[in-house]
Amino acid sequence: MSIDIETAARVAKLARIKVEEDELPDLAHAFNDILGFIEQLNEVDVDGVEPMVSVTPMRLKRRQDGVTDGGMQDKVLKNAPDAREGFFAVPKVVE
Amino acid sequence: MSELTKLKIAEARDALRKGDVTSAELTEACLTAIEGAGALNAFVHKTPEIAREQAAAADARIKSGDAPAMCGIPLGIKDLFCTKGVDSQAASRILQGFKPEYESTITSQLFDAGAVMLGKLNMDEFAMGSSNETSVYGNAVNPWRRGNDEAQLTPGGSSGGSAAAVAADLCLGATGTDTGGSIRQPAAFTGITGIKPTYGRCSRWGVVAFASSLDQAGPMTKDVRDAAIMLQAMCGHDAKDSTSADLAVPDFEAALTGDIKGKKIGIPKEYHMDGMPAEIEALWAEGRAMLKDAGAEIVDISLPHTKYALPTYYVIAPAEASSNLARYDGVRYGHRAQLGQGDGITEMYEKTRAEGFGEEVKRRVMVGTYVLSAGFYDAYYNKARKVRTLIKKDFEDVFAQGVDAILTPTTPSAAFGLGEMKDADPVKMYLNDVFTVTVNLAGLPGVAVPTGVDAQGLPLGLQLIGRPWEEGDLLNTAYALERAAGFVSKPGKWW
Repeated sequence: MSIDIETAARVAKLARIKVEEDELPDLAHAFNDILGFIEQLNEVDVDGVEPMVSVTPMRLKRRQDGVTDGGMQDKVLKNAPDAREGFFAVPKVVE
Repeated sequence: MSELTKLKIAEARDALRKGDVTSAELTEACLTAIEGAGALNAFVHKTPEIAREQAAAADARIKSGDAPAMCGIPLGIKDLFCTKGVDSQAASRILQGFKPEYESTITSQLFDAGAVMLGKLNMDEFAMGSSNETSVYGNAVNPWRRGNDEAQLTPGGSSGGSAAAVAADLCLGATGTDTGGSIRQPAAFTGITGIKPTYGRCSRWGVVAFASSLDQAGPMTKDVRDAAIMLQAMCGHDAKDSTSADLAVPDFEAALTGDIKGKKIGIPKEYHMDGMPAEIEALWAEGRAMLKDAGAEIVDISLPHTKYALPTYYVIAPAEASSNLARYDGVRYGHRAQLGQGDGITEMYEKTRAEGFGEEVKRRVMVGTYVLSAGFYDAYYNKARKVRTLIKKDFEDVFAQGVDAILTPTTPSAAFGLGEMKDADPVKMYLNDVFTVTVNLAGLPGVAVPTGVDAQGLPLGLQLIGRPWEEGDLLNTAYALERAAGFVSKPGKWW
């Protein structure tokens, strides 16, 4: 599988990372190096093998579905680049 | 440099309890050593006020007779751990200025035990790297040099600052994290001890996530006993981490008897890599002989899927990272890009992430995005998860044959020069983790112990891999190896 410039651009878009046009060839090249390395996995026979879900066999704990935390709006907003009137502020989303 | 900073945790604990030294004195000695070690770039956020306050509290506690082992011990904390009110930015520009409103479970436990935080330690950005060269703070520098050659060497990564700080006696121990070898490889490059415990032993809550199914924290210390003491304080069940194991934590230090008679130590034939330096082969052979002399039985074993561990890792880790790092969007914390006229929310995300992430992080996030994207999920991600099952089964099979621990080299080379790998393709750098990454994929405990030096005087280490949840037994084998190897070399001070 060879990654072309168009695919590199599409992946950057999916990842929400701006990549300039002139950087795309290098990015595609790096993808190809890494994916070429990963291709080795095709040699392995995985017929009938279950994909790993959890590395240690464990049943996730359950807890009461109740409120255990909250009431700390100021702390939640403390590190926001832009917070106004108790909310996170972002550029206009809806026209 | 004060002799006090050279103390090991166990020595300092005993001296503190006897009243021969105070935590305040130890802490001042470390703070002075840190001030004089700017050239190593290990401590990137210093917290002397917090340290002095914690030391005073520890001294009062020791006086009152209530002193856990870590009480009064000055530590460095990897920048990946969220520490309340203190910069915690995972060595990334995207978390610049982030001061958490909460404390990670591990640092909470260490502080509850009386430990002292000297500051935050350098690392690779988001723990993605093997040389500490992807850090927004610049490179951490290895205190070791090749003889009289002044070329700067990497302390390894991603816990490079932790390794450099402990090796240079700037602190008595440090926290590290290990996703593919990030505790063990830097420990080997700097002649110190580091253990990655079984997945689930240490809570991941409040540790900035890289690849959640692989990440584990652990101690980086001057010897095996210290690793046992510090690990003890870091472990335990935490309801805030759903993968944290609800198991009793045994007394790891009490397990250190040095008696390994009758233990079965496996030597995996697949770890004899083509092109491996003769020095590493020799070191490994010496390790085998040492454990045999100590009464262990050495057996040849096979871990047939070893070869596929790195490619498996480089699907799974980026996939999980692309998901975990989606949270850095310039909305809730950290950096937000300056927006242009007419820029909407998508441009805000894209510009913020382009500016905030370094090259290696971007590359891994995008590789992860690709292997998870429609049409490739089965071919890459599911395939890798299946191979991971086989890698884990390799270990289960040898443990079922009665093997107690597995001995391997920690790294395929000694520390390399900073900048030396700059022009290599990313895969070349990934090969650093060839011996360590299997352990993360299988969720097992692994410990790196320094056992020798190469022809240029640089430290080399061996790795022991243990059965799940048997860190005590593993540390005891490591202790026997440490005693037999008698590694006492320290880097000469040039900084």
